[in-house]
Amino acid sequence: MPQSKILTTTFWLLCLCLAVMFGSCKGGGGNVSLQGAGATFPNPLYQKWMSEYGKLNPNIRIDYQSIGSGGGIKQIQAQTVDFGASDAPMTDEELKGSPRELIHVPTVLGAVVLTYNLQGVSKPLRFSPDVIADIFLGKITKWNDPRIKADNGDLNLPTGNITVVHRAEASGTTYAFTDYLAKVSPEWKQKVGVNKSPQWPVGQGGKGNEGVTGQIKQQPDTIGYVELAYATQNRFPVALVKNASGRFVEPTVSAIVAAAASTAGSAPDDLRMYITNAAGADAYPISTYTYLLVYKDQKDATKGKALVDFMWWGIHYGEKYTGSDYAPLPAEVVKRAEAKLNSITSGGKPLR
Amino acid sequence: MSSSVKLPTRDLRLATILRLSPTGNAGDAVFRGAMFCAALLVLLIVGGMIVALAVKSLPAIREFGFNFLISREWNPVKAQFGALPFIYGTVVSSAIALLIGVPLSLGIAVFLVEQAPRFLARPITFLVELLAAIPSVVYGLWGIFVLAPFLRVHVEPLLARWFGWLPLFQGSVTGIGLFTGGIILAIMVTPIITSVVRDVLAAVPNSQREAALALGATRWETTRVVLVNGAPGIAGAVMLGLGRALGETMAVTMVIGNRPQISASLFEPSYTIASAIANEFTEATQDIYLSALVELGLILFLVTFVVNGLARVLVWNVTRKSGATA
Repeated sequence: MPQSKILTTTFWLLCLCLAVMFGSCKGGGGNVSLQGAGATFPNPLYQKWMSEYGKLNPNIRIDYQSIGSGGGIKQIQAQTVDFGASDAPMTDEELKGSPRELIHVPTVLGAVVLTYNLQGVSKPLRFSPDVIADIFLGKITKWNDPRIKADNGDLNLPTGNITVVHRAEASGTTYAFTDYLAKVSPEWKQKVGVNKSPQWPVGQGGKGNEGVTGQIKQQPDTIGYVELAYATQNRFPVALVKNASGRFVEPTVSAIVAAAASTAGSAPDDLRMYITNAAGADAYPISTYTYLLVYKDQKDATKGKALVDFMWWGIHYGEKYTGSDYAPLPAEVVKRAEAKLNSITSGGKPLR
Repeated sequence: MSSSVKLPTRDLRLATILRLSPTGNAGDAVFRGAMFCAALLVLLIVGGMIVALAVKSLPAIREFGFNFLISREWNPVKAQFGALPFIYGTVVSSAIALLIGVPLSLGIAVFLVEQAPRFLARPITFLVELLAAIPSVVYGLWGIFVLAPFLRVHVEPLLARWFGWLPLFQGSVTGIGLFTGGIILAIMVTPIITSVVRDVLAAVPNSQREAALALGATRWETTRVVLVNGAPGIAGAVMLGLGRALGETMAVTMVIGNRPQISASLFEPSYTIASAIANEFTEATQDIYLSALVELGLILFLVTFVVNGLARVLVWNVTRKSGATA
């Protein structure tokens, strides 16, 4: 056999094998596959949820892509995913711009923490709200500024300039942080405002929570804001923040729960809650809910049922995977979320 | 082509085949037709890109008009967008890249063509071309973990001390900023410029060198003759490098600080067009925001198009005179 004929035959045999391989990859009937996208903050937790839920229900496959809260909102509005995820609740405009009614289902709580890279500082720093706002406004530029010293009397603060690191892209974490700053600093509210992607007065931009932690790690005398999970996993120092009651609070699960407790009973109808600067002696002031966004009227009944069941499992049993980086929902909010899930319909019939 | 053959006008199939292939071979005709379609596909893709960019950026063009190019404000909250900080960042980082990269590349190319012994020239050429193949993200990682701390600790303080009287080198030294971005771009454009200049210099006929030497020129003067000879090609290579520097995204976004501002100091963070689009595109929820980002992309596309086009013409002009590859 001439060589070209051998090569051609081998080539076609290979193609045949590949076709058979890929053809037999499709699962059997009855498999449901769900797609979600959105916030980066709860991503580690959602991945754990999906893997655990997959073990209990092997015929349901859920994929989640952490592209950021803004991306999650855009994708669910465009209906390219089955559910979106966002730390920042959707604004009225965004809700009006959606093709059908969207529901917010709160899943867990988290905290936005201030983390920094300072040499020679042995205890966690303490910050008052106005000091934080002025650092991010660029009005406080040196680490040994008297206002920072006032809260950290016994610490040896370095003499360098403060380098601020913020998020380069739109983010729910940024939204929660600017929401807090707007509440504690009228100047911030007027100059910069509350947004997923504001015009920062000073600082460098890092991409994602990972980018911000990376830049803080690499440069001394930096300060930035990240989700609690990123700071603890990278073993970064985390600052204590003075809350509305005047106490310096460390961002722990109990402090986040305390922040949610004061508003849990009076949550609005659509469950869009802002718990920054919450009242309560032990509350951590920069806490936030994170939400899953789903359509109230599901087009596909099978997928809709799988989705609702997954979310039901999440708010009841998923809470035990929260560990020390996320806080579980308060009991009253779980009840309200249950009511929301019960209201999801497909073709007029409720799915639960 | 078919002038000497009288064709029945009904026989279109034969006519098509004869047009596509002078030998009248159907296989040849099919092949030629397929290749033509492939080439047409490229034109369609480029045309499609221009159309898509233009259409998507129309809302922003209508809203901001010419002001887009000169406004400094990039505020998604107030829906006010201006491209000037990005144009500044892109232009300045590319300028630094060329200022450092071009002399370096010329030196390497001259060494490789004129001076290196053969056992050295081949491995160095290979390594230089390897540098060109390293992905942008890897450069970015190296930049943020190795280059930025190195510049922050060893280079920028010295520059600040000696040249601090220039506004270029004032301000706080963090290692992340326009300067680091420029340097990483310099490292990325060097392999491209070196490869093309090497080919251009190799394409200069040996008769030029021999003539110069015969007239009593020194090694350096001979090299100068060669460089002058290849000047249009070198200019083309520089433009190719510029084209890459303008469009480089991931490496730059990791070390440039991502801050839309125009500052005289090179140590301050800045923003390039490519970085802005990469960072903000997936999260731009308002239509006008998206449109502004696409308009930035359109500006970059047009600039790169023109630069690359000029480069190609120049390089082609030089290398077609001898048989060297472009």
